[in-house]
Amino acid sequence: MWQTFLGLYNYWIVILLMMAGFYIVMSRHNLVKKLIGLNIFQSAVFLFYISVGKVRGGTAPIVEEGITSYSNPLPHVLILTAIVVGVATVSLGLALVVRLKEAYGTIEEDEINEMDAAG
Amino acid sequence: MGEHLPILQVILPLIAAPVCLLVRHGAVCWLIATLVSWLCLAIAVLLLMQALDGGTIRYQLGSWVAPWGIEYVVDRLNGFILVIVAAVGAVVAPYALRSVAEELPERQIGLFYVLYLLCLSGLLGITITGDAFNVFVFLEISSLSSYALISMGRHRKALHAAYQYLVMGTIGATFFLIGVGLLYLMTGTLNMADLAEQLKPLAGSRIVLAAFGFIVVGMGLKLAVFPLHLWLPNAYAHAPSAVSVFLAGTATKVSLYVVLRFIFTVFGFEFSFAGQPFGPALLILAIAGIVVCSLVAIYQDDVKRLLAWSSVAQIGYMLLGLSFATALGLQAGLLHIFNHAIMKAGLFLAMGCVFLRLGSCRLEAIAGVGRQMPWTMAGFLLCGLSLIGVPLTAGFVSKWYLVLAALEKGWWPVAALIVLTSLLAVVYVWKVVEAAWFREPPGTAGRVGEAPLVMLVPLWIVVAANIWFGFETSGSVDVAKAAALALMGAVE
Repeated sequence: MWQTFLGLYNYWIVILLMMAGFYIVMSRHNLVKKLIGLNIFQSAVFLFYISVGKVRGGTAPIVEEGITSYSNPLPHVLILTAIVVGVATVSLGLALVVRLKEAYGTIEEDEINEMDAAG
Repeated sequence: MGEHLPILQVILPLIAAPVCLLVRHGAVCWLIATLVSWLCLAIAVLLLMQALDGGTIRYQLGSWVAPWGIEYVVDRLNGFILVIVAAVGAVVAPYALRSVAEELPERQIGLFYVLYLLCLSGLLGITITGDAFNVFVFLEISSLSSYALISMGRHRKALHAAYQYLVMGTIGATFFLIGVGLLYLMTGTLNMADLAEQLKPLAGSRIVLAAFGFIVVGMGLKLAVFPLHLWLPNAYAHAPSAVSVFLAGTATKVSLYVVLRFIFTVFGFEFSFAGQPFGPALLILAIAGIVVCSLVAIYQDDVKRLLAWSSVAQIGYMLLGLSFATALGLQAGLLHIFNHAIMKAGLFLAMGCVFLRLGSCRLEAIAGVGRQMPWTMAGFLLCGLSLIGVPLTAGFVSKWYLVLAALEKGWWPVAALIVLTSLLAVVYVWKVVEAAWFREPPGTAGRVGEAPLVMLVPLWIVVAANIWFGFETSGSVDVAKAAALALMGAVE
């Protein structure tokens, strides 16, 4: 029981990070902090994919004499795509925050909501 | 050439986008975008015809054999969705010329078409691909470009709306990614057809159930299922007019397609509906969405926001058809996807024309506009009737089939509810009609002229479609029926 619990430690880390990021996205009013939370949330998924592909004792997937066991490269390649998407999302988000700061003079969401409500 | 149509469908707009980025000249980019949109529509129609005649088309990318390579699959269902997306694109592109020139600063006009083409290629890609991870990639291509498109709105609220959509949309897409990861963990494959085979013996697995939850909730966020819809009204209300038309006609429909594809093709009918109370849960959400969002729509004083809330309610009707879990219900839902695309695109097109002349879509600003822009507002009225579901319009056909499907299940309270909630649509459409025709224009406003022809023609093409598909129902109904039967048949 205890062994399986600890043996799955990579998944516990993923869940912890994912929930931490998700909580930050929902609870923070600061637009930059929200994006950081979003990024942590996404990174947790990257870790999930990477740890799924790892084969214990396996090497990198290279064609070489004597290499018989290697990690599954597919999840790693997939997540490379998702990382690029994550970078694009965060940079677009930050660009929007810059524009929001110019337009509203603040990056606190509750203040922006007040100004929106006022017209 | 003919055999490469599936890839051309996606890659034409994908290549045209960087070309536009190099050109940067507004009018040239518009020309490229319009030509590409029309070509995409032609390809989509050809693909649908092939799929209706000869069955499913499979295209192996780079000749890498599935399930290892990525394959594009066109069957009756996604052929139908491809035509919807491409048709909305083909109508929006010519319309955008004047609308965008008016609403955007000049240096952004070329970039607008770059983003539009990327968004189009993303939406077509989501629809055509037969690979689960590829869906995520195209989903993000279309999402990132639509966040940027929405932020181009004239008011600063557009920026806030785009930011909110970015956060919600990214959470949705990441949920989807987790779901796909769990499926890969269990099966070692990403090809949808192969996934369906591999998942059959795993029906009792908790992990597959979790994957189902993540995928449905993630796409539910993109689809704006009540109560995950909060990003949608602001995004549609503050985006540039052409963007509102395009997204209202395509984005949520494509997300709904992904949900359908996963619950029917990948997870299978048995797993989705028989193994868990998915149908009843969807039924409750659909009805809550229809009632609540129709009521909220009534209290809006900005017409674009009103239409956006009505969109969330209309998504409820599509999900209602799905929640019946019958071929007839599914057919009604699919029909409503198509009909809603044409009616809501028409309404937003008309509002774009009004915005061009008045610079506002608020009810007090459009007072009396019916007499000054008779063609525009007549188009709005006809599409509004279709939205309500008045006989001889497209909207009637899908509501009719929805009621039939509810009665077939013996759920007459649901059937009554469909009719009653249509009355709520009467109220909010009437609010606009009343303001446009029966109120005096505000004293300060001068006379405004009719919208330019380049915007009226797309509007009236859509209006004509609303009437045509109300009379001549065989075309759309048959395709929806074929698609619904293919989905249900794939599992029996």
